[in-house]
Amino acid sequence: MALLITEYRSHRLDSLRATLSVAVDPIKYLVNLPSVLIEQTAYSVSSYSTLKSENIRLRKEQFIDKTRLLKFDSLEKENIRLRALLENSFKLGEQLLIAELLSINMAPYEHIVVVNKGTRFGVHPQQPVLDANGVVGQVFRALPFSSEIMLITDPNHAIPVQVNRNGLLTIAVGSGQLNRLNLPFLPNNADIRPGDLLITSGLGGTFPSGYPVAVVDDFTPITNKPFVNITATPKAMLDRNRELLIVWGDSSPVSLTTKPKPTPEASVLRPNNQSSGSGLVGEAPAKTDRKSAESRLTRKAPAGAQTGTDNDE
Amino acid sequence: MNNYSGFGRIILTVVMAMCLRIAPWPGFLTNINPDWILLVLIYWAIAVPERVGIFHAWTIGLLTDVLTGRVFGQYALAYSLIIYVCLLLHKRLRQFPLPQQGLFIFFCLLFTQILLFWLNSIQHPTQPHASFWLPIVTGTLFWPPIYTALRRVRLSRRTQ
Repeated sequence: MALLITEYRSHRLDSLRATLSVAVDPIKYLVNLPSVLIEQTAYSVSSYSTLKSENIRLRKEQFIDKTRLLKFDSLEKENIRLRALLENSFKLGEQLLIAELLSINMAPYEHIVVVNKGTRFGVHPQQPVLDANGVVGQVFRALPFSSEIMLITDPNHAIPVQVNRNGLLTIAVGSGQLNRLNLPFLPNNADIRPGDLLITSGLGGTFPSGYPVAVVDDFTPITNKPFVNITATPKAMLDRNRELLIVWGDSSPVSLTTKPKPTPEASVLRPNNQSSGSGLVGEAPAKTDRKSAESRLTRKAPAGAQTGTDNDE
Repeated sequence: MNNYSGFGRIILTVVMAMCLRIAPWPGFLTNINPDWILLVLIYWAIAVPERVGIFHAWTIGLLTDVLTGRVFGQYALAYSLIIYVCLLLHKRLRQFPLPQQGLFIFFCLLFTQILLFWLNSIQHPTQPHASFWLPIVTGTLFWPPIYTALRRVRLSRRTQ
């Protein structure tokens, strides 16, 4: 029995876990059932006028968002051209999969949530997870019918971030509280102040760059200590969301000089960290590995669109 | 009475315990959610030791590991050790009055929690909150109701 614990270090038992999870996952859905039922009854008995007003509000929102996106196409092209001039690699957008939270509680003191999409939808570990406001966390373990997501506020989680105002790079570590992140690795004279927006820097490769993570809310220099106490509030509504977005960021390498095809697949591009000149010749983007993922493409979101509107400076 | 007549009920109660284990309790109740699965297993090990063996406990522990996303074998090890002790002592435990059983349960849960804490701290250093130990107390308090409820489940089978 103790052998099992030691064998944990290798990944040989992953398939066994997946098999066993098939037996156990119905329990998760069973526990989730009451909240789904309550939600659905609430929806079905909600009055006509409420639905109507909600419909009108959503229509307006969609109209505004569409108008905002009008210029996005041309800006995107322009950005690609400029990046090509700089011989730099660039990522356009990511594929998203909407996953719904299961209202179950795995273990106290850990910020791990369970969603209803698993490896059968192509989810794999270390995928970034977002919501409409910012980064939520990353996929921690993918099972066939569900997957576990570690939130950015988990004490064991750290995310590389960047101050949007000046590009200062640092790491945000989870604090164990749902509304707080710590930035423990900045010196006393760091150029950061309350109200600064932190975005993902893209270092480390797990999170795509440019998504909003948190807003700095406290900066307390400690005398005689090399590092300063900085706390930040996550942008994502970690405790209020039921729907999360699982992102495929690493799909295929970018080709800079060739024009992207007008098909939706053209925007599924991978950042190529070596900005070598060979990237300019324009290899065709290889999109063989994520075919299953692409078939389940629900919606694609531009990487830069959200940061542009969320930045409150 | 054949040997497998009551097996469905045991499985059903264990599944119910699993549901309670991962149910989303509001607020503070999350921290004091007792280990329902172990309590149910202990009851069945004391009541019908010929049906619930160490292997069953190990299997259910393994499923609990998957269910709660722990490292493989953590609950499997804890449950099989506890059930082993219960099977050894089941004749004596049946004679105990409820408070004395409660004391035994308290030490079982304490042992499980210490074992889990130890296994966790091997993986990465942890500093558990004081409320990490609260499920032991609530588990002990929940033992009498669980005992009477499961006893009713078991005896209702007998009468059929």
